[in-house]
Amino acid sequence: MNRTYELIYVLKPDASEDEVNDMHKQVAEIVERMGGTIDKTENALPWGRRKLAYEIGHHKEGFYVLEVITGSGELMKEIDRRLRVTEGLLRHLIVRVDETVVKAERARTKRTEESRRRRVARGLPPDRQPGEGPQGDNDDDSGDMMFDGADMEA
Amino acid sequence: MAFGGPKKSGPGGRGKAGDKDGKGGARQRGGGLFRRRKVCRFCADKIDDINYKDVKLLSGFVPERGKVLPRRISGTCAKHQRGLRVAIVHARQLALLPYAAD
Repeated sequence: MNRTYELIYVLKPDASEDEVNDMHKQVAEIVERMGGTIDKTENALPWGRRKLAYEIGHHKEGFYVLEVITGSGELMKEIDRRLRVTEGLLRHLIVRVDETVVKAERARTKRTEESRRRRVARGLPPDRQPGEGPQGDNDDDSGDMMFDGADMEA
Repeated sequence: MAFGGPKKSGPGGRGKAGDKDGKGGARQRGGGLFRRRKVCRFCADKIDDINYKDVKLLSGFVPERGKVLPRRISGTCAKHQRGLRVAIVHARQLALLPYAAD
């Protein structure tokens, strides 16, 4: 089963353009070999050269590259293994994203449905009409119970 | 002896009368000071996916010292605090956020 992953790796800030391309090619080669696809590669803003939040091996900056890859878990394992032993790489991280996307989608539909249901119950049309006043928590008292007790001492 | 006097009532018993005044905030004695009700930022802004790449958002929950801002301060709900924590941990691995700062 194919899944979507995000891979971010951080190269040394003094990496030349060739080195950046080389790294990308290495990844692409593994992806291709194991039957995956690279959906997106970003090394421009907000990625690319960035200040690190903490020093890594005396480097204060890093060159960030984000790749979105669709493929199997085995593929990502192999990439992870390779990146671990690659020199000139400060950090890398692989995160599976398809699930969170689905989850966010589900939360969104659930919310709109809920608000529609409440609006209908109040005798309003299910969707917001133009000129209904500022967007706010239109009919939201429901969530309030959840926050009780969230504010105790300072 | 000690039995004679009228029974002194304890300091207000168990119930926290002041707490239940609707606003859910502590009202300072005598003054009109209300604490603002804190609401989960992610619920309010309808952020469904707390992403580790969104440094701007996350850094608001990582005060100077570099620790995760506790729920009791930020008012984040339990569900979103969990997601937030994971996102911060990921961001830290990539040096997008600090582990500790001093």
